[in-house]
Amino acid sequence: MTTFADPIPAKRRSRSDAIQKAAIAIAVVLFAAALLAPLIVPYDPLAQSLLSRLRPPLGFERYAPLHLAGTDELGRDVLSRALYGLRLTLALAVAGAVIGLLIGGTLGLIAGLRRGWVEDTIMALVDMQIAIPFTLVALLILSLMGSSLTVLVLVLGIAGWEQYARIVRAEVRKLSALPFLEAARTAGAGPLYTARRHILPNLVSPLVVQFTLALSNIVILESTLSFLGLGVQPPQPSLGSMVGLGRDYMPTAPWIVLTPAALIVALTFSVQTLGDWLRDRADVRLRDR
Amino acid sequence: MIAYLARVLVRSVVTLFAIVSVTFIATRLSGNPIDTFLGEGLTTEGREELIRYFQLDRTLWEQYLAFLRGVVSGEFGLSFVDRRPVTQVVAERLWPSGQLLLCAVALTIAVSIPLGVLGAIFRKSWIGSAVMTVAFAGYAVPSFILAILMILTFSYWLNWLPVVGNATPLHYIMPTIAMSGVLVAALTRFTRNAMLDVLGQDFIRTARAKGLSEARVVLRHGLGNAGVTVISVIGLQIAGLAAAGSVVVETIFSWPGIGQLLVTSAITRDYPVLQFGVIAVAVAVVAINALTDIAYALADPRIRLARS
Repeated sequence: MTTFADPIPAKRRSRSDAIQKAAIAIAVVLFAAALLAPLIVPYDPLAQSLLSRLRPPLGFERYAPLHLAGTDELGRDVLSRALYGLRLTLALAVAGAVIGLLIGGTLGLIAGLRRGWVEDTIMALVDMQIAIPFTLVALLILSLMGSSLTVLVLVLGIAGWEQYARIVRAEVRKLSALPFLEAARTAGAGPLYTARRHILPNLVSPLVVQFTLALSNIVILESTLSFLGLGVQPPQPSLGSMVGLGRDYMPTAPWIVLTPAALIVALTFSVQTLGDWLRDRADVRLRDR
Repeated sequence: MIAYLARVLVRSVVTLFAIVSVTFIATRLSGNPIDTFLGEGLTTEGREELIRYFQLDRTLWEQYLAFLRGVVSGEFGLSFVDRRPVTQVVAERLWPSGQLLLCAVALTIAVSIPLGVLGAIFRKSWIGSAVMTVAFAGYAVPSFILAILMILTFSYWLNWLPVVGNATPLHYIMPTIAMSGVLVAALTRFTRNAMLDVLGQDFIRTARAKGLSEARVVLRHGLGNAGVTVISVIGLQIAGLAAAGSVVVETIFSWPGIGQLLVTSAITRDYPVLQFGVIAVAVAVVAINALTDIAYALADPRIRLARS
């Protein structure tokens, strides 16, 4: 509880300032690496070279020149594969988060603006989505429909829509009670005009925060599904499937697993930190926590 | 209270109905259910017999009703792989999964509640920051990576712990930790925030003003009141997270539980097992949610009396 007597903390969140800056820098580097992967990787991620299989990374004995992070069981360059995997993982995550935003945002907006049975139905769907362990539904759908990238993107999109719907509905209800909307309505503004002109601009900052947090959740879901062999299919590299397939070589060639694993953790950690930082900036109530 | 119970019950039944319907739609959307559900290696007569038995020559609507009848009477078909009733196949897996889940929840509670309380009390010092960093990192590390890193370190490098199966108590260590990672992150964060909310209340000031020891204020008046919300999170969030986590962790450690069964059946396309497994886990999660709601209402009159 903040009381008026509390002094405003001069240097709030000092502990995490450094971590946050580092995380944002990592996020930028990772996004850039993913975007530029085709330009910067030294090797074709699918090119096999059976003569230089299972070579260790730079600095170890038997290092094969230019395979900075070593090679895998088919002699493919681990770093090139990891960067292409990062690219695919990020593309899937962004596409999934956008789909979730569109579904959840629309439903949340409708629920907030049209009360009554429409709102009740949508909120019942939200409750249901929360109650169902989604990883299991994803398993079922991917097993039945096959693991094409289209199905995967749709599954990732459905995974987080309910969070957007809850946030948008809550914000819309909060906003609707405010005087400026009442004034707009009195002045004769229709529901569509109000939604576009007055409500949507106010939704941008909570949605940006939720989008960032959803991104990291989707990265985890996608890597998990690919790790289990139900997401991105070989030979196409994805960070999760690299860890999953590299598991068999762990005792002798741990670098095959460690490079993509490190990238996944760096990605989720930096994106989550970014989301947290955005949330702290957007929500005054949390600033003192 | 009766109105509240009725509402919880109706919501659970509707959710279960939706899950069952979604699995029906998913299995029927994905092409010919005869191929999907009967498997291979049948004679023409056998096929026709089974088509008639499952009423696959009827309209979709009639099939749906038949499917619901099957669900209600507990008939979910035979596993393609070992030709036994799927209910039997899944039932064998319940106990190992339950054991792992209990271990993970016990570890989670033992770690997160003290951490969360410390994080709330010392929120302005380095202890609070350290707690939040741990909780934060727990969210960022997916359980399969945590598991892989542990296997690399403790099994391949140090040679301390076994990887496959659930034969000895030593086998429980890594799967339990791998399952608990995300749960600890979630519960620590939540305990800390719930404690902060409670510690800011007036009655805490009163408790301090009347001269109670700080330990008693924090543990009895603080944690005692925050505990109700914390328990509700254990029921509501942990059930869902654990269901997802068990799928991954059991697969990695070849744990003979439901999670591993689901992944195997998803990959080998043993649809009857997969379908029943998903329904069974969903029933468990929904039941835990409903029980939590009821427990929460019993503990807090504001909830059971509101909105009714």
